[in-house]
Amino acid sequence: MNAARAPHDDANGGLTRRFTLSRAREQVIQFALLLCALVSIVTTVGIIFALVSESVVEMSGSGKAFFQEVSAVEFFTETEWSPNFAGAQQHFGILPLLVGTFMVAGVAAMFGLPIGILSAVYLSEYASPRVRSIIKPVLELLAGVPSVVYGYFALIFITPYVLEPIFEDVFGMEVEVFNVLSAGIVVGIMTLPTVCSMSEDALRAVPRSLREAGYALGSTKFDVSVKVVLPAAISGIVASFLLAVSRAVGETMAVAMAAGNTPSTAVSLLKGHQTMTGFIAQMSMGETPQGTIEYKSLYAVGLSLFVITLVMNIVSQQVMRRFREVYQ
Amino acid sequence: MSAPSPVQTTQLLGRGKREGRIFQVLCWMSTWSSVAILLVLLIGVAYQARGWLDWEFLTSFDSRRFPDKAGILAGLWGSAWTILFTILFSVPIGIASALYLEEFARDGWLKRTIQINIANLAGVPSIVFGMLGLTAFVYMFGLFGAQGTFQVNQLSFLGLTIPLPLGRCVVAAALTLTLMILPVIIVASQEALRAVPPSLRHASLALGATKWQTVSRQVLPAATPGIATGVILAVSRAVGEAAPLILVGATTFVLYAPGNIAAPSDIVENPQGLLEAPFDSFTVMPIQIFNWAQQSKPEYRQHVAAAGIVVLLAVLLLLNAVAIIIRYRSQKRLNY
Repeated sequence: MNAARAPHDDANGGLTRRFTLSRAREQVIQFALLLCALVSIVTTVGIIFALVSESVVEMSGSGKAFFQEVSAVEFFTETEWSPNFAGAQQHFGILPLLVGTFMVAGVAAMFGLPIGILSAVYLSEYASPRVRSIIKPVLELLAGVPSVVYGYFALIFITPYVLEPIFEDVFGMEVEVFNVLSAGIVVGIMTLPTVCSMSEDALRAVPRSLREAGYALGSTKFDVSVKVVLPAAISGIVASFLLAVSRAVGETMAVAMAAGNTPSTAVSLLKGHQTMTGFIAQMSMGETPQGTIEYKSLYAVGLSLFVITLVMNIVSQQVMRRFREVYQ
Repeated sequence: MSAPSPVQTTQLLGRGKREGRIFQVLCWMSTWSSVAILLVLLIGVAYQARGWLDWEFLTSFDSRRFPDKAGILAGLWGSAWTILFTILFSVPIGIASALYLEEFARDGWLKRTIQINIANLAGVPSIVFGMLGLTAFVYMFGLFGAQGTFQVNQLSFLGLTIPLPLGRCVVAAALTLTLMILPVIIVASQEALRAVPPSLRHASLALGATKWQTVSRQVLPAATPGIATGVILAVSRAVGEAAPLILVGATTFVLYAPGNIAAPSDIVENPQGLLEAPFDSFTVMPIQIFNWAQQSKPEYRQHVAAAGIVVLLAVLLLLNAVAIIIRYRSQKRLNY
């Protein structure tokens, strides 16, 4: 800015703020790049607009929005979800879908979290570099397997070869073809790489001096790992937990394939339960005509799903940020 | 608290040792269980696919009644078209966004907002992107068509006909997948750009290059291996993704490839098909697998689905192998 006013510039055409072609080109390019960066903001706005315009406020000229026809009170308190029925039998209570979703996420958490965290402790505290070099790619592969493959795995392997021998032959309980437990287990496997790598990063960020202080006081490796390192990394582990649960809540294909299509508020792991994502998948397979209340119920469920996962992700990020502040 | 006697101390030490051993074995088992799970999954799927995966499976369309005649050809072509367009849309936008954020944007509210926004988009469930795709690309907010604000049904130029709204077609799916994988590509590209040492930029600027010349001729080539790896990982996520495509209309049972191009020779015979394919209806491999796994006949449920999974995993493995080779070669070549 000051250079432009320097006396010698005007004379020899040096560093002036004059308009030149190459300078204009730079500006145009920078503006184009900015536009590309704004695509992500437009995406967020688009998601919110799409979900809200069909479910809360009518904006796109397709008749009334979902919550203008079904009251929010009914949506959140009614215990029956039957959008495909007609007339008085048609109920829109999201509770059964929420129960299904959180049962799957709960099983996934009980299965994926302990294994993920113990693996993280092993990788960060015990494992040799050679073992790490084997396990890390395996975890990446597990994370890269598509979710339809996990759905197939639950349906064809886990239910008939793991759950049926255990629960039917040993305990005499009936296992349905579609059940929450098999879906939860595969979703747990899917979240395992996330939990493991995030927790491991948190454990590795714990400074060496803390461990050495533990050893100097005569602690065993177990004491140091469990009573010093794990508590010091707890916020990173909690963040990975929240992220994993939010992934499990949003997981679609494996759950749609393995957990079944029966909305129900009964808490039973060996029976089929429809989840929020399962409902969206099933409903959109049926080519529901645009503008009907069933079609709009898709968006009401989608909006609930979006809000739940967004809140969990934001809390997870906040927890992570606090954890970063401690050791830097 | 009194000090423990020598006998108690030995007992305590012994207990500590035992606890430590048990804990270590638990950790060891958890770690190797992921290897076991992966092996069981791969071997199990390969076992179920044995005898069903042959050349005919790769070169024939689906069959509703005869499991041994069912094939994945429609899914292969559908996936190929969808991914081709996803790459065409997502790579330029993704890299440009990363360049803006890393090289041009000043620290301020705009950069911070975009950054937070990208982090949050990365956590949005894929099916929600499907709902966005359905509203924004398939129906285009109801702006076009007979009842829309604009009474147009299509846009034609240079022999290309673009339907409005897009409807359930390849391009709508590719746009949806683009929005879904953009955050991944942007974050990976940003990391690759950050790994390029500042000295490279300073040297270029000091020699009189403009900002864009520096970025396009020095920084971008140096970051290319990192960006390519990130792009391939993001694209392989898109290849295996089915949830958003259910919404934007990948059909489960399709007996043709987009644009009726089912073999490379069809391109020569029917070049018009190349222009029609992007706006044709389609299916993709994961959707076909999903459909087969839900059939009541065990041949479909177990074997045909497994054969489809082997093909899908083979494609993913190929993509990942390319990513590993790029990473390996760049590690050998570049030394800052």
